Amino acid sequence: MIKQISLFLENKKGRLAHVCRILGNEKINIRALSIADTTNFGVLRLIVDNPEKAHDVLKEHNFAVSTTEVLAMEVSDTPGGLAGALERLDTAGINLEYMYAFLGKTSQGALVVIRVENPLEAIPVIRESGIKILEGDQVYSL
Amino acid sequence: MYWNEHYECMPREQLEEVQLKRLKKVVERVFYNVPFYRSKFQEAGLEPSDIKTVADLQKLPFTTKQDLRDNYPFGMFATPMTDIVRVHASSGTTGKPTVVGYTRTDLNTWAEIIARALTCAGTTKDSVIQIAYGYGLFTGGLGVHYGAERVGASVIPISGGNTQRQLMIMKDFGTTVLACTPSYAVYLAETLEKMGEDRANFKLKYGIFGAEPWSEKMRQELEKRLEISAVDIYGLSEVIGPGVACECQEKQGLHIFDDHFIPEIIDPVTGETLPEGEKGELVFTTLTKEGFPVIRYRTRDLSILTKEPCACGRTHIRMHKVFGRTDDMLVIRGVNVFPSQIETAILEVGETEPHYLLIVDRVGSLDELEIQVEVSPKMFSDKVRGLEDLERKIQHHIQSLLGIAAKVKLVEPHSLPRSEGKAKRIIDRRRI
Repeated sequence: MIKQISLFLENKKGRLAHVCRILGNEKINIRALSIADTTNFGVLRLIVDNPEKAHDVLKEHNFAVSTTEVLAMEVSDTPGGLAGALERLDTAGINLEYMYAFLGKTSQGALVVIRVENPLEAIPVIRESGIKILEGDQVYSL
Repeated sequence: MYWNEHYECMPREQLEEVQLKRLKKVVERVFYNVPFYRSKFQEAGLEPSDIKTVADLQKLPFTTKQDLRDNYPFGMFATPMTDIVRVHASSGTTGKPTVVGYTRTDLNTWAEIIARALTCAGTTKDSVIQIAYGYGLFTGGLGVHYGAERVGASVIPISGGNTQRQLMIMKDFGTTVLACTPSYAVYLAETLEKMGEDRANFKLKYGIFGAEPWSEKMRQELEKRLEISAVDIYGLSEVIGPGVACECQEKQGLHIFDDHFIPEIIDPVTGETLPEGEKGELVFTTLTKEGFPVIRYRTRDLSILTKEPCACGRTHIRMHKVFGRTDDMLVIRGVNVFPSQIETAILEVGETEPHYLLIVDRVGSLDELEIQVEVSPKMFSDKVRGLEDLERKIQHHIQSLLGIAAKVKLVEPHSLPRSEGKAKRIIDRRRI
């Protein structure tokens, strides 16, 4: 499992840049990100190389931050690769709450971040269906 | 624990005799010493000798904030300046400040009633009291200060502001009683939690908070977060300053020290005196003040009075925690709205810290209310839906409580302005 940092952002000019600058100044590198937004606010989700530090730094800057366990799933970097993986999750009865793509890739393929209800229970099920799940150490340093 | 059992627990009939004696004296005093009162009384065809009972007070005209402004700075003083030993002034939100003056006797009276209030709040001569009200022209700091010295507590006259230092001193000096505004107490609690300090290193036991209206919910929140017992202290510079009334540990309304001040409740629109138990505007007449007595001063604070005896044994008349002020009462699409009601609604829905801002605007011919609420780290979840639900819940709650539709907007923590004095809760952009 990998640790994802989530934070509350108002839909206001310059807020995202502000967050990225804080992380940049602390030499924290962003590996993947997604924003879920409504009219007024957004939830920014980040995978970084040092989640503990990122959490502390953002908290010091008065952001509402939380850490969530998510899974990094390896999929074949070919047409239909993601479709195949998602079909297998579907067959295994795993529901995705959300997902987004990773910036880096492994030698074997592309990476996507997925959030499921019970990550711990889901891991063996997903692995059994033939999909590779990466550990935190493998992902943060990519 | 009483400070002055003789007066605080005096049977009502006996207390009313004291009131009448003092009322006659103060009416004479203003009639012969303050031209403003003399001409007002004469216009109404009244002489001091017309006051034969306490109820005759109702014949006298009201005094308003505007009257005090018209007589700026010293026109309402009832003694020559040579007898005035202190002046204070209230912040003038519009125009010039309101100036009040005290004789040596007045300062003595003030220290006496503050001593009563502090005793109500749990202060003894063994307490270490940190006074984080502003010192200066504002009555909060110095008012509480002299009362605390009268009690014999160890006084830390730290004044407002510099939050980190407040907390350092609170810990190092072993503060047991904190006196400040409730909104500043929230800020202190918040900073304390952020610093991750161990509560075991603090000796704080009691809070005495006032100078702005606060809700029962906010008390619960503060008592929980600071692990204290918190009471409400009420006062206004025009009457004397803090200490006009204070809650005891029963927390069932504030005891008005009515051997010094007679309260009335009136209908804010008609000016009619309302019977005990009805909600309306608080009006005060000072009974013992020499420098700056006021007759039927309209406070614009809304409350309810009761003469029911309190379990603590005090016989003083009690006022309900102030519901709000008639002048920060918002009329939104014809509905009267008080910030304190909104605060209660927000607190009831989420574990939201009570940091909010009301923005009223007029779009076309319709009033719109937007409530900005800070997302506390506690309530933040990774899920957008959870946050949207929270917005909706607050919205529904306000709708059912006040009958108005408000737009609720969650904002980032610490993005709303913080005050170290009175909290600014309203921005009214309507141009009517």
